[in-house]
Amino acid sequence: MTDTTTPQTRGFQMPSMSVLGPIIALIVLLVIGTMLNSNFLSAANITNVVARSAFIGIIAVGMTFVITAGGLDLSVGSMAAFIAGLMILVMNAALPSMGVGIPIILLGMVTAIVAGLLAGLLNGFLITTLGIEAFIVTLGSMGVYRSLVTWLADGGTLSLDFGLRTFYRPVYFDGILGISWPIIVFAIIVIIGEVIMSRSAYGRHCAATGSNEHVAHYSNVNVRRTRLISYAALGILVGIATIMYVPRLGSASASTGVLWELEAIAAVIIGGTVLKGGFGRVWGTVIGVLILSLIGNILNLTDFVSPYLNGAIQGVIIILAVILQRERKAAS
Amino acid sequence: MTSSPVLALRTVSKSFGPVEVLHNVNLALSAGSVHALIGENGAGKSTTMKILAGYQPPTKGSVVLDGQPVQFANLQEGEAAGIVMIHQEFNLAEQLTVEQNIFLGRELKRGLLLDKAEMRRRTRDYLARVACEVSPDALVSSLSNSEKQMVEIAKALSRDARVLIMDEPTAVLTNRETEVLFEQVQTLRDAGTAILFTSHKLDEVAQISDQVTIMRDGDVVYAGETAEMSEDAMATAMVGRDVSDLYPSKPGVPEDAPVVLEVENLSVPGFASNVSFTLNKGEILGIGGLIGSGRTELMEGLAALRPASAARITLFDQTKQFKRPGDAQQAGLCYLTEDRKMRGLLLERGMRENLTLQNLHKFGGFLIDRNAEEAALTEAIREFDIRSGTRDVRVGNMSGGNQQKLLLAKVMLSEPRILIVDEPTRGIDIGTKQQIYAFLRKLADAGHAIIVITSEMPELIGLADRIMVMRLGEVSGTLTQNAITEDAIVRLSMGLRGEQTPNVA
Repeated sequence: MTDTTTPQTRGFQMPSMSVLGPIIALIVLLVIGTMLNSNFLSAANITNVVARSAFIGIIAVGMTFVITAGGLDLSVGSMAAFIAGLMILVMNAALPSMGVGIPIILLGMVTAIVAGLLAGLLNGFLITTLGIEAFIVTLGSMGVYRSLVTWLADGGTLSLDFGLRTFYRPVYFDGILGISWPIIVFAIIVIIGEVIMSRSAYGRHCAATGSNEHVAHYSNVNVRRTRLISYAALGILVGIATIMYVPRLGSASASTGVLWELEAIAAVIIGGTVLKGGFGRVWGTVIGVLILSLIGNILNLTDFVSPYLNGAIQGVIIILAVILQRERKAAS
Repeated sequence: MTSSPVLALRTVSKSFGPVEVLHNVNLALSAGSVHALIGENGAGKSTTMKILAGYQPPTKGSVVLDGQPVQFANLQEGEAAGIVMIHQEFNLAEQLTVEQNIFLGRELKRGLLLDKAEMRRRTRDYLARVACEVSPDALVSSLSNSEKQMVEIAKALSRDARVLIMDEPTAVLTNRETEVLFEQVQTLRDAGTAILFTSHKLDEVAQISDQVTIMRDGDVVYAGETAEMSEDAMATAMVGRDVSDLYPSKPGVPEDAPVVLEVENLSVPGFASNVSFTLNKGEILGIGGLIGSGRTELMEGLAALRPASAARITLFDQTKQFKRPGDAQQAGLCYLTEDRKMRGLLLERGMRENLTLQNLHKFGGFLIDRNAEEAALTEAIREFDIRSGTRDVRVGNMSGGNQQKLLLAKVMLSEPRILIVDEPTRGIDIGTKQQIYAFLRKLADAGHAIIVITSEMPELIGLADRIMVMRLGEVSGTLTQNAITEDAIVRLSMGLRGEQTPNVA
C-alpha cells in the first residue's frame, strides 16, 4: 500500500540553527580575516590553512565516528608522535639495504598504517572487551605513547635521513593542479566518511550505539564490534595523518602532535556532533577544523592577540560549543 | 463531597504551538477524597496533572487553590503550597539513603552542620506513617519498587502535602505491592489529603477512588462518583466505543499442529535453570509468574541477548545454537523487549531510523536506501495504525501506545516466524491493547507461533492458548484449556500445590 501516501521529508526545509551555526561562524571568521588582513583570502594563504588543517582534519573524521558511537580517544596526539617516530626509525634502518626510492617510502607508509591500526585496536579492545572507561584507557595510552616517542628519541629529536627527506618532501608540498596532497587525501577521507556516516548501515549503527547501547543491543546491533571498528579506523586515520605530516618537518620529538587530541575533539564538537554520542556529522567536523585553523591563522596574521594564546582560545571554544549544544537540547 | 475543593482547574485549555491538547477542562480535588483520572494515552491526563502541579501554566482558564486563582512560577512554589506530584519514573537519588532523599534540598541544619539526629527522627516518623519498614540508612538503590513508592510518599509527607498527585503509581508494582500502596492511600485520605492518581487498571480505579474523571482527546467526557460507574462503562467512555470484546476469540490449536520450537534444559545463569518447553505452530503460549521469576531473562537467553546454555534447541526441526542475537533473528525468532523506552526504541530519533534499525541489511547493501525506508514506514504506519501527528516526530514525544506499535512494527520487519513479546501492553491504553491483542491473534492464525510474557492476569488468560507458569527460575506448571483459571495460575506462581492441584502437563 505504498500508493496512497508518499514520504514527506523530501521537500526543502529551512535548516535548523544546529546546521547553520557552524557555517555562520565560519563565514564570520572569513569576513573578520579579510577585514584584518588583505592577504587573508589569497590563494596561498587559504591553501596553507587547509593543508595545515588536513592532519587534524583526517584524525577528526575518525574521531567523529568514535564520539558518535559514545566513545572518546584522548591518545591520538601521542599516537601520531609515536607513529611518526617509529616510521622514521624504520625508514632510517631500512635505508642501507633498500636505498632511497619509492619502496622505502611505501615501507614507511605501511608501517604507519599498521602501527595505527594496532594502536587503535588495542584501545578498542581494552574499552569494548575489557569494559574499561574510554577516558581512562586513552588517557593511559596517551601517556604511554608520549613516553615511548620520548624514549625512542632519547629525549631529543628523531630525524629522517636527509636524502630520504628530500625524496619524501613532495608528499606534503606537491600535488595535482596546485592542490597539495594532504588536501586531496583529506578531501577523499571526508567524502568517504560523510557517506559512511549518513548513508551506511555502519553509520546508523554508530549513532544507535552512542544514543542508547541497550536499544542497539536489543536491536541485534553488535555494539562491541561497532565500537571496536570505530577505534581501529581512527588508528588507521592517525597513521595516514602521520604519513602526510612526516615529510613536512622530517622529524619527530616529544613535542610532536601535542594537543592534537584537543583540536580534533574540539573540531568534532564545534561541528555539531554530540559529545555524549548518538549523533554525528562528518561535514560539520570539517567546518570545525577549518574554524580552528582560521582562528590560528588570523592570530598569526594580526597582532591583537599573541599566537601563543591559540591553545587557550581553542579551549574556550570547545567549552562554548558544548554549552551551545546543551542549550539547543534544552530548547528542543 | 462536603468540603469545597482544595485544588481545581476552571475551564483550562492548553495549547502547544497551534495544537490545543486540552479543551475547557474542569476538575476539582477535595480534601479527604481519592480522585481517579483515566483516559487513553494521549487523552491529556499528563498535561492535566502537570498544570495542576504547577509544572506548566494553562494557556486559558485558571488553577484555583482554596478558592483563589493561583499561578505557580515553578515547582517549588507548587510544593510550598502543599501540592506534590510523584512521577511514574521515581525522582529519587539511587545512591543516597532514604533519609538523605527525604530531606534532599531541604536539609535541616544546626548552625553550619547538618542536624542528623532530627532528620533521622522525622524520617522514622514519616516512614512509620506510611507503614514502611525500611531503615532510614538504606540506600534507595537497594529498595523494591513499592518501597521506593512509599519513600516518595514519605517525602511528600515531609513537604506537608495537602494535595498528592500520582502518575500511574501502580504501573510497576506487583499485586501485593499495590495493596500496600492502597492501604497507605486510604490512610492519607482519612487524614484529609486530596489525592489524584491515574491508572490504566480499571479494577483499581473502582476499588480505591471516590470520584473519577474520564478524559478523551483533551475533553472531560465524564466526571462523577466512581460508584455510579461500572468498569465496562468506564472503558466505553474512555475509548468512545464498546470494548467488551477486548480479547479475540481463540480458535484452538489443532491436536496435530507441528512443533516449531523445542527447548531442552535451557539455563540462564542466575535467573533460570533447566527449563524445557515446546511451542506449536499457530499457538499463543502465555508465560505467567511473578516479576522476578526469571521469565524475561529466560526468553532473552533463548534469543541470545544474554548468556545462556541449553541441552538442545530445535527450531523447525533443525538443531540450532544461537551465539548472538542476530543468529536468532536470522533463524526466524525475535524477542520484543518489555522496556520500550530503555531497550526498545531510540527516543531521541525519529520513527524511520527506529523502524529499520534491526533490519538495515534489508534496505540496501552498504548504503541505505532511504526511499525504501520511507516506504516501509508508510506501510508500518498503515498496518499498525500508528498515530503520531507528523512523520518526523521524535519517538520520545509519542504516546506509549504508539511507541509500542512502532516497536512491534520494528520487530515484525524481521518477519519472525516465532515471536516472543514481553509485557506487550504495559502502560498503554485499552483501545491500543485491543489492537495489539487482535494483531497477535491474527499472526497466530496465519501460522506463526507466539510467546507472550505478561504480568496482567486477564491478559494472560484472555490471550493464551496454553500457559506456562514460572517460579524462581523454574517451570512450576503448564495449564491448558479448562485448567486455565486465575486461581491455578496464582497457586503455581506462589509455589502452592494444595488439593486443587491443577492439571500439570
